[in-house]
Amino acid sequence: MKTAIQTLILGGWLGAAGLAQAQAPDPLQVRSWAASCAACHGTDGRAQPGMASLAGASKDDMVKKMLDFKAGRRPATIMHQLAKGYSEDQIEAIAAYFAAQKN
Amino acid sequence: MTRRHFLYAGAAAGVMGLTGRATAAGGTGPKVVVIGGGYGGATAAKYVRMWSDYSVNVTLVEPNAAFVSCPISNLVIGGSKTIADVTTPYDNLTQRHGVRVVRDVAASIDPDKRIVKLASGAELPYDRLILSPGVDFIYDALPGLTHPGAQDRVLHAWKAGAQTVALRKQLEAMPDGGVFAMAIPLAPYRCPPGPYERACMVASYFSKAKPKSKVLILDANEDVTSKGPLFKKAWADRYKNIIEYQPRHTLTDVDVAGSTLKFELKDDVKAAVLNVLPPMRAGEIAVKTGLATANKRWCEVDFLTFESKAAKNIHVLGDAIQVAPAMPKSAHMANQHGKTCAAAVVALLADKPVNPLPIYNNTCYSFVSDEEVVHVASVHRYAAAQKTMLTVAGSGGVSSAASELEGQYAMGWARNIWADTLA
Repeated sequence: MKTAIQTLILGGWLGAAGLAQAQAPDPLQVRSWAASCAACHGTDGRAQPGMASLAGASKDDMVKKMLDFKAGRRPATIMHQLAKGYSEDQIEAIAAYFAAQKN
Repeated sequence: MTRRHFLYAGAAAGVMGLTGRATAAGGTGPKVVVIGGGYGGATAAKYVRMWSDYSVNVTLVEPNAAFVSCPISNLVIGGSKTIADVTTPYDNLTQRHGVRVVRDVAASIDPDKRIVKLASGAELPYDRLILSPGVDFIYDALPGLTHPGAQDRVLHAWKAGAQTVALRKQLEAMPDGGVFAMAIPLAPYRCPPGPYERACMVASYFSKAKPKSKVLILDANEDVTSKGPLFKKAWADRYKNIIEYQPRHTLTDVDVAGSTLKFELKDDVKAAVLNVLPPMRAGEIAVKTGLATANKRWCEVDFLTFESKAAKNIHVLGDAIQVAPAMPKSAHMANQHGKTCAAAVVALLADKPVNPLPIYNNTCYSFVSDEEVVHVASVHRYAAAQKTMLTVAGSGGVSSAASELEGQYAMGWARNIWADTLA
């Protein structure tokens, strides 16, 4: 179990690294967010038959679809309800994660 | 475990990775033991391996030879699927991910020495323990079911496997004109919509094979606990003369010889086939380790890590936990717990900070006929002020109507979550 001081040092170090990347989202956090999609869309977005694969798909296309689901512009059975749970920044980050995965 | 030790172990495992991931288990890296190979535990085992770049050793303790899914198992009871259709071996966890699977039962845990003792007598030391024990049943309140052999005659079929097949056989053996009576306990219990889906599946079977037979739902709750309007519409439209729903029926005992259910303040119900879902609590191993601190039934956890609030270095997942508000005890949710916990365990073993903002979703499909399905969905986000998971305002919802399209999605969901959990 890490001590409070270790936490502060690590936190400060990570904070500095974060600034250097112009507030890029923490890649491990994004990986965890994206992993939530895997229950339907496959581990790292590589889907089994019957669902859309997200691995290697176009980031812009995924962002547009999600924002359209979120706004109710794109018909869906379930994705309009799930898309509303995520901010635009989170959708961008998750889409970038899947776009970078090997299909 | 020191940071240096972990980094060294990680480097060693990296070398081993060149010669095959499956050989890494049993190496010199940190040791994680996972108890329970259901949706929560199997997912956690796989993702701890993946997300540690195969440097953390993972041993999964599971008594069953293969994974049998509760979701879709109501279709086995209804006769449109077989038990083989909902069964997946554990082989890929070992062959692809190097998880050491030990077919045994965890008999006890020593949280101070950090050792799991198995029924076979073997001992497994751990740096961190992930406990995904599922539910066990509280039979104390149902004395008739504590008699020898009673639980083999009046089934729960609420852990998919032999009981699922046995309940199907009881329905096949039942003469036409018989009554199938199912007792539902007060929430919380595993899989809130599951009993109502089961009623649909049995009614679907009766409508085809035994049209004079009835399904009687005797629910301890005030009303249908999940997807109420959608289930009630299915019962009215499809099973009008088959399904009868009666709320506020608290089961007090079962007369097994007389095939009769006894209720508080309500008349006895005699039926050809009884199906009793007893009240539930966290799996036995969690309770006897002193982790079930909520009402002596459920395990309280830190939702950033799933670490037990009662014991350090022990994480509890899945149906066994004291849930956050509006968080269902579902397979999908257990899979999400598994990944959140795996990320936290890998970070903690490396003395790194954990994700301060978990976000994950729940999707639950229910069959109302052999083809048509309804869903409920939600998105859950960590709320730092309340230190729990809360649903995101405006997200989630249920189907507008049952459809065959959602029936296809339901099977797509099953194939994907089985692969995400086990392959």
